[in-house]
Amino acid sequence: MNAPIIWIAVPFAAGFLILFFLRERASSFIGGSVAMLLSLIALVIPIDTALLIGSVSLKISSSIQFFGRSFSLSTADGSLLAIIYGLAALWFFGTEASGSANHFVSLGLMIVSLLTASIAVEPFLFAALLLEMAAMLVIPLLIPTYQKPGRGVIRFLIYQTLAMPFILFSGWMLAGVEASPGDINITIQAGTMLGLGFAFLLGVFPLYNWIPMLTEESPPYVTGFLLWVLPAFTVIFSLGFLDRYTWLRTSPQLSAAMTLAGMLMVVTGGVFASLQKHVGRIMGYAAVAETGLLVLAMGLRSAEIVNVTFLLLVPRGLELAVWALALSIIKRKANSLQFSDLQGLVRSHPVAVSAVILAHLSMTGFPLLAGFPPRLALWQELAHQSLATSFWVFLGMAGLLIAATRTLAVFVMAGGEKAWELNETWIQVTMLGLGVIGLFILGMFPQVIQPFIADLPSLFIHLGR
Amino acid sequence: MILDIVSWVAVGLALVTSTAMLVSRDWRISLGALAAQYVSAFWLVTRHLPFVMGSAKLITGWMVVAALGMTRLGLSATEDDSAESFWPRGQWFRVFLIGVVALVAAGSTARIEAAIPGLGPPVIAGSLFLIGAGAVHLGMTSDVLRVILGLLTMLTGFEILYAAVESSILVTGLLSVVNLGLALTGSYLLLAGSSPSEEDEQ
Repeated sequence: MNAPIIWIAVPFAAGFLILFFLRERASSFIGGSVAMLLSLIALVIPIDTALLIGSVSLKISSSIQFFGRSFSLSTADGSLLAIIYGLAALWFFGTEASGSANHFVSLGLMIVSLLTASIAVEPFLFAALLLEMAAMLVIPLLIPTYQKPGRGVIRFLIYQTLAMPFILFSGWMLAGVEASPGDINITIQAGTMLGLGFAFLLGVFPLYNWIPMLTEESPPYVTGFLLWVLPAFTVIFSLGFLDRYTWLRTSPQLSAAMTLAGMLMVVTGGVFASLQKHVGRIMGYAAVAETGLLVLAMGLRSAEIVNVTFLLLVPRGLELAVWALALSIIKRKANSLQFSDLQGLVRSHPVAVSAVILAHLSMTGFPLLAGFPPRLALWQELAHQSLATSFWVFLGMAGLLIAATRTLAVFVMAGGEKAWELNETWIQVTMLGLGVIGLFILGMFPQVIQPFIADLPSLFIHLGR
Repeated sequence: MILDIVSWVAVGLALVTSTAMLVSRDWRISLGALAAQYVSAFWLVTRHLPFVMGSAKLITGWMVVAALGMTRLGLSATEDDSAESFWPRGQWFRVFLIGVVALVAAGSTARIEAAIPGLGPPVIAGSLFLIGAGAVHLGMTSDVLRVILGLLTMLTGFEILYAAVESSILVTGLLSVVNLGLALTGSYLLLAGSSPSEEDEQ
């Protein structure tokens, strides 16, 4: 058996088969089960290590050659694959409850497999091409066949496509920088190209204008999935760049630029979220602020870069899943996510509304919820470097908290004496309930994810030393 | 010598086709220009890549044109050229922009040739011009077909330059997939909104 075949080819083929041969209702269960199975395999069976089960020796080899290049997943990738496919399973199981998006599970499996290929491909900068392919696969999910494409999806496509040439070319230039590290001109050019590439990919300020547009015009569940999956892999890709090139890792200018960019994203994301009157757009701006935190974590001049970054990434997947699922349920009822259409909805959809508020509070770093421990760890590291930056991050989080308070006020604003009722289906209640319990568990017992992320620093052998 | 002359002719062809795509409002002319543009790109790419890999890019390009053309052909004439909100939008303004791009590309070619020797001035000039023309295209429109044409033009320019520094078969293959993917995405976006929703059907 071969790791790239198991975690890249199998989910891609499964997605393909589900797309053409399964009904929508079954796809949620089958796709979720496939992702869960892949997660369990990654958790239980170490890659490239012989395992003796009775008289049978089992070994998953780590790499495969494809058109003269190698796709490789090492032992250290096991935990990462378990997290990725575990969270993907959560999204796929939730599809049925969200009642959204044709072909979400099939295309979702293909997207996750392409993104897994992006962390396996050697040379690693070819990942830019796979990220672009994954971004293109998202488009049919974002725009249903009966809906005219809006500006958000067009901008998303443009920005993701623009990122690819910048990153590919900067990768070639970085090799030149390594050959002649004293050449300031090449260093500046390569750094600028790389920065622009990642700015387009991650939606760094001010290139994130497509995110709130998309959360307004596309199904919330799909947008939430997109806002989890693409930034997560882009962050892993960028950590690979930092790990690979010494001058990038040790450059104080790059660290300062990343801190500034991250800070701007957190502040603007938080402040703009507090001014919105559309719950979908608020989720978009909250995701922008969260991505800003990831950029800040990567800009840390500390040995804890990898730990803090992954500590942020795992709860992000859960928060966005709960938030997006709850918004999908609400949107099906209200047909809109404008504040004016959501007044008093807590009485008819108490579980969905509670899930929206708790996921939102978790993203603001509210104590006892999943977002609190990683923000605390980040604040601790940031405070060592700059109190001013910590203050601005606090301001951004305060903006998100104001947005959460406004959202809550709208949901409980009842026009008359309306009776309380539970209109969510049992599957919706179960999925949201599990998600909310997960938010509390990650908030109160953050050590539960420690076994998963403990091995991740070994993926980046130079970072964090 | 003769190869250099043909290369400069290819650069000239790229200039003409990009201008035609930007100036013309008729999608047939635009797609025809794109098909011709892939011929010039093919020649410039084969300065550094084997003929077979260049041919693969040419065939991919023509498949892209075919996919977009077939899709556009199936749409009604009334959907032709949705009103643009950009200003100024006259043909001469577009020609002026292409002139600016051509001047910038010509001015930068010598400097890039000095920084990365061995690429060849026609390859650099053709590549920079297409990247610039694609960027201008993207800045001028929000129409789906035109955006896809702009992205494809820009990507073609990048591919010409990147072929000179990276000759991997995997990269060539993946870039072809990206080109085809853009065409299919464009086709999907063109068709989106033309079919009724499930509620409408009921």
